[in-house]
Amino acid sequence: MEPLTWTGSIAFLNPLLALALGLVVLSIIVWMLASVVLPEDQMTVNPDGTLTSSSGLRNLIQAALRYSFLASVAISVAYIVLGVLMGTSAGIVGAISQQFLPVWLSLIILYAMSIAFKRKLGLYGKLFDSPIGMIGFGLVMFWVFTGIFGAMDLIVTQDPLAQISGMKNKVPGTPVANLEEGQYAWYLLGGDNLARDVFSRMVKGAWIVVQIAPLATMFAFMVGITLGLPAGYYGGRLDTLLSFLANLILAFPVILLFYLLVTPEIVATGVPNYMAAILFVFPIIFLGVLLNSRYYTRPNFRTPLLIGVLGVALWLYLSLISTGGYIINTDSYRIWGLPTYLDLFDIPGGILVVFVSVVFVNSPTVFRIVRGLALDIKTRDYVAAAQTRGEGPWYIMLWEILPNARGPLIVDFCLRIGYTTILLGTLGFFGLGLPPESPDWGSTINEGRKLLSIYLHPALPPALALLSLVLGLNLLADGLREESLKD
Amino acid sequence: MGLFILKRVGIMLLTALCLTFLVFFLTNLYPNLEKLAKTQGNFRMSDEQVESYLEKNGYLQSTPIKYGEWLGVLPSYRHTNEDGTVQGRCILPGATAEESPRFCGILQGYWGYSTVFKEEVSTVVGTRLHLTGRLMLWVMLLMIPSALILGVLAGMKEGSATDRTLSTFAITTTATPEYVSGVIFIAIFTSSAVGLKWFKGTATQAMENPTFENFFLPVLTIALYGMGYIARMTRASMTEVMTAQYIRTARLKGVSFPNIVMKHALRNALIAPFTVIMLQFPWLLNGVVIVETLFNYKGFGWALVQAAGNNDIQLLLAISVVSVFVVLVTQLISDIGYVYLNPRIRIS
Repeated sequence: MEPLTWTGSIAFLNPLLALALGLVVLSIIVWMLASVVLPEDQMTVNPDGTLTSSSGLRNLIQAALRYSFLASVAISVAYIVLGVLMGTSAGIVGAISQQFLPVWLSLIILYAMSIAFKRKLGLYGKLFDSPIGMIGFGLVMFWVFTGIFGAMDLIVTQDPLAQISGMKNKVPGTPVANLEEGQYAWYLLGGDNLARDVFSRMVKGAWIVVQIAPLATMFAFMVGITLGLPAGYYGGRLDTLLSFLANLILAFPVILLFYLLVTPEIVATGVPNYMAAILFVFPIIFLGVLLNSRYYTRPNFRTPLLIGVLGVALWLYLSLISTGGYIINTDSYRIWGLPTYLDLFDIPGGILVVFVSVVFVNSPTVFRIVRGLALDIKTRDYVAAAQTRGEGPWYIMLWEILPNARGPLIVDFCLRIGYTTILLGTLGFFGLGLPPESPDWGSTINEGRKLLSIYLHPALPPALALLSLVLGLNLLADGLREESLKD
Repeated sequence: MGLFILKRVGIMLLTALCLTFLVFFLTNLYPNLEKLAKTQGNFRMSDEQVESYLEKNGYLQSTPIKYGEWLGVLPSYRHTNEDGTVQGRCILPGATAEESPRFCGILQGYWGYSTVFKEEVSTVVGTRLHLTGRLMLWVMLLMIPSALILGVLAGMKEGSATDRTLSTFAITTTATPEYVSGVIFIAIFTSSAVGLKWFKGTATQAMENPTFENFFLPVLTIALYGMGYIARMTRASMTEVMTAQYIRTARLKGVSFPNIVMKHALRNALIAPFTVIMLQFPWLLNGVVIVETLFNYKGFGWALVQAAGNNDIQLLLAISVVSVFVVLVTQLISDIGYVYLNPRIRIS
């Protein structure tokens, strides 16, 4: 097998792309300079009441920017399309785009459907009116699909944990030595320090982030909302106490907290299990109060609904916190949990402690945001109207205040997933929590950085992957903010 | 105002007490003590040996008592060895039990003895803080002016070319955590694979002899992450000010645009970023830990990693006291400064 070059037989596109990108940069610089130097466009009012703006140099520069940008996008798409068609003969780029084929297809279907029905989809549909939001959403969904398909073993080329002798620190595109039957013939992005495939590890790492980050953020939101709403609505002692506790956690440097909480010694004492048992109760309380406050006037409907929902939630809760039949299982004592035959899933101690500490770090900030919003919204007329109607306090909090606070909360949710991703990377970077051979991006960056001055390829792919995912989430939040402000 | 500050200082002390107790509790859990005993003795100690080591050093008392000893409100633990000598926390090597004081905690100014660095904690923290202080000084000097300039330029005309470009840049920097930007910088500017080699990949030499070559990359890495956030806040505040009535009045009476920005808008637009900059300190602390590990600069953050990795209880406590102190003091300064800068707000 020949080693692959970066672009193979589609190398003729490289100078074109370089040219287009150079033009984009050039026109951005000219655009910025022009906006300072050139006079503003003159608007002339015609006798019939219409406006005419002079199509001066400014418009010319904007057109140049638009076309050079479109050209570079078109060339990038050409790389991907040709890569999908030609596979490895189009070099590493081609092989990677071919591997990502299911992701491209899903993205195309998702975008086609969303744009077709965008007027019926509420805020989500409006996202497709803003270019920034669309780019951000595209980046996020790219990694979400990569994570999902990667977990189904569709994209990965090699076993992410297998070490193949002779592949240590090999450059991207090196053919696998001693090829076995049915094995992919190249290390597309090279091999790492332990001769594992960098590309497959990066794809598998996406799954870890896609699983943990949104879920942990959601739990943090449940905790923050359940505590923040009453703190803001009632005020008084409760508010003082809860705010003090929140500030207490916020005053703690995050890394120190991680170093204290996410160690094998702390896992052995069962502290994360206690924290999990406490933190994971909040979604159940939230659900219970949410449904009860709405339907308590119709007991015939409420009682079965609550029994059903809370039953399932409790079952999930108990399966979540109990492992092997115990909630807490240390050397000195143990607490019985759900019997193993009822236990739906087990979470390894390492993952649980990471999850719990990320929720723990995020929830005080959410609490503060929700509290601030509740303080603001509780003075509105519709809250007063609900109070006059005689609605209970929890109904007002959850069905009057919360829906009206959703705009800022959704935006913050996107930003916070990005922040959680950064936190997960930090944990991996310091080698905390997740097992050392785990393919998550933080651990991979940490391993790759040790030989960074000689071999770039093990550290850069996960670093760029993390960067693009977080950037996508930030752009998505920006687009959502812009669109939700338009109402 | 005086009462306000007094109240805030009271809350600060309470917070610091709660947090140090939390750190104390977590570091004094038995598995952590066992780890400490094994790193101090050897890794093949039997359970009895671990027990006797902990007993001898007073680690087996109850946590509140140990915490009181650390604070200096309870007499410290003493252990009489088999040969009749007495050892304890207050008795420094070379001193006898009679000469040594009974109380030795932070109230008496004694911060304990670091088991990792084999030095008094106060000297360790002092030297490390000095190194980190230098790093932070340069970070601030780079970050604050450039963030403010970025934000003001972007916020002058909302939606303009400059605004779009600079905002995109700001979003990108906030999306790049230090361990990503640091790795990318090291890869581009220092590695032999790219071949630029403009800077040094480690900042170890910068501890004695900081030069542009070995110190710029760590400073840039920390500054970039914080910069985007401050720039976005400045931009938001600037755009808000630029739509205010008095700016419109100034424009209508014919003041030139540079004059409007410099004389009318700027001062009002910089109130909000001041608070943000102050509240940015705790985040910078995270950046310091990551960057010092990445660039091998042996400052405060590096000491934190060492202390936490080896369960050096006394050093960890001192570090958490210092960092909590930094966080709370910057919060206080931001509150007081806000009142001074913004005459519309007065604390009743």
